[in-house]
Amino acid sequence: MNGDKLLEIKNLTVHYESFDATVHAVENLNLSLRHGETLGLVGETGAGKTTTVKSVMRILPDPPAKIVSGEILFDGQDLLKLSVKEMRKIRGKQISMIFQDPMTSLNPVMTVAEQIAEVIRLHEKCSKKDAHKKACDMLELVGIRPERGSDYPHQFSGGMKQRVVIAMALACNPRFLIADEPTTALDVTIQAQVLELMKRLKAQYQTAMIMITHDLGIVADICDYVAIMYAGEVVEYGTREHIFNHTGHPYTRGLFACIPDIFTDQNELEPINGLTPDPTQLPEGCRFHPRCPHATERCAKEHPENIELAPGHFVACHLANKGGNENA
Amino acid sequence: MLKYIVRRLLMLIPVLLGVILVVFTLMYITPGDPVDSLLGDNATPEAREALREELGLNGGYFQRFYNYITRLLRGDMGICYATNLNVATRIAQTFPNTVKLATFAVVFAVILGLSFGVISAIKQYSFLDNLVMSVSMIGVSMPSFWCGLLLMLLFCVQLNWLPASGFDSFACVILPGVSLGLNSAASIARMTRSSMLEVIRQDYISTARAKGQSEFRVIMDHALKNALIPVITTVGMQFGLLLGGAVLIESIFSIPGVGKMMVDAIKARNYPIVQGGVLVIALAFCLVNLVVDILYAYVDPRIRSQYK
Repeated sequence: MNGDKLLEIKNLTVHYESFDATVHAVENLNLSLRHGETLGLVGETGAGKTTTVKSVMRILPDPPAKIVSGEILFDGQDLLKLSVKEMRKIRGKQISMIFQDPMTSLNPVMTVAEQIAEVIRLHEKCSKKDAHKKACDMLELVGIRPERGSDYPHQFSGGMKQRVVIAMALACNPRFLIADEPTTALDVTIQAQVLELMKRLKAQYQTAMIMITHDLGIVADICDYVAIMYAGEVVEYGTREHIFNHTGHPYTRGLFACIPDIFTDQNELEPINGLTPDPTQLPEGCRFHPRCPHATERCAKEHPENIELAPGHFVACHLANKGGNENA
Repeated sequence: MLKYIVRRLLMLIPVLLGVILVVFTLMYITPGDPVDSLLGDNATPEAREALREELGLNGGYFQRFYNYITRLLRGDMGICYATNLNVATRIAQTFPNTVKLATFAVVFAVILGLSFGVISAIKQYSFLDNLVMSVSMIGVSMPSFWCGLLLMLLFCVQLNWLPASGFDSFACVILPGVSLGLNSAASIARMTRSSMLEVIRQDYISTARAKGQSEFRVIMDHALKNALIPVITTVGMQFGLLLGGAVLIESIFSIPGVGKMMVDAIKARNYPIVQGGVLVIALAFCLVNLVVDILYAYVDPRIRSQYK
């Protein structure tokens, strides 16, 4: 985890505060990413994945969201300390984001070329005409005929809209791209096309990326590193190979057990019992212990620290060293 | 789009025919006789009969309706009993005043309502938001004639800044226009707020912020245009209502508008004026609605594509 880090999140804690309760969306989260690498952020709905990346962009709705503590270092610079104006220069130019649902992430009353040209004009000194020209070039890059630039989002299919969103995110050649479940809203064949496109462009532009997903297949396909999130914390972090071949955390193993294996004759999948905890009342000790098949008394009392199983492979579990990771 | 407008204009014909039928029938069955107010109580039966014959008030319902329609189709709306002027001339005298008043009121209401609605939505649950919403609640529930009287007391009687009656200069439009517009301003503010609140939670607003766009431009370029549709509906409705319904304000401020003319005409059973006035107001209302629908298409490309 050393070397020239592009992004480093240290002890990030984010709460959503309402009148009668505090939602502990993200607690003491640590993550890092080097230039050109891809990190898969995996977890159930409500685990805090989107909150984490929106904190990096600083586009959390405030109120109710509050970044309580932590640092987000981008190229050594703490994004949380920047002024609004400085942050605006980073958004769209250095860090771009692709949102989950292409149906709703484009403005319905602006043409797609206008929307792409907007980000170009914000960050590059160029005339309206040049920006439009470049927007059309970007459309071509993602496989949409440039003359369709003057069409409105409702005239595109879901997959094409997501291509437009990708074109928009990459228009200023950012160093870091955040993709929040970019294929969840698309059907399977379109998913494959969009992923293929993202892989190609990422390689072409050397962009680092955080890919939020709950599809481990996507992780296996394009991620270098994987962080598994549960109830606002990273419970396991490591290279893709480590996570897939030497799974450390019972929760991660639970996730793998939910994937049907086409080589064996399975009648039923093994679900993880129980539900994700209520984020306003998180359990004491390890947050996963009420659902964990291996939980001990210690798990219910003591919050587990990160244990380094192998160089660069961290697991937050009391049982990680005791072979609890080998059986099951 | 042009086809759509032509179709809408053609649809005006049955609407206006319906309006004519309803108003004519209402006036026919309303008790009272215009001859009473024209000749007074002491007129001889012969004189009354002669006048009735002259005004075309004798004859059955169908006979009179037929006469009215045929004259209307030739562009003749009849003669005003009170002034002996052509109805069209009377409307041409009064209608521009009402349009002026209603336009001022609506422009005032849009400026006030839109800006406060937007501010309120951006600063949701703040002190300012609560203040604006409370004031607009009062604004919605306050009758415009009462508000007009209060404003008149303050600005005409106490401070003596503005004229209390008449309609010969721009200063005369301000007070009645404001009293008329406050109501609409309040409903526009409330509509703008709720519509904006819905829009600023949309993903494309996050997208715009993620591009590095400034908060001001996010609101003005991305949010407002999307939030405008329900606001345009409200503005259109308000304008249409003001065109026909400024009766009380016109009476209080003695403005020679269409509303005041109609009230006087109804009292005197001045049939041609009532029928002509309602017809013109209905036409204006329909045209405002058409403009609203065209504005929808201008604002929202999704609606535009349906019109093709």
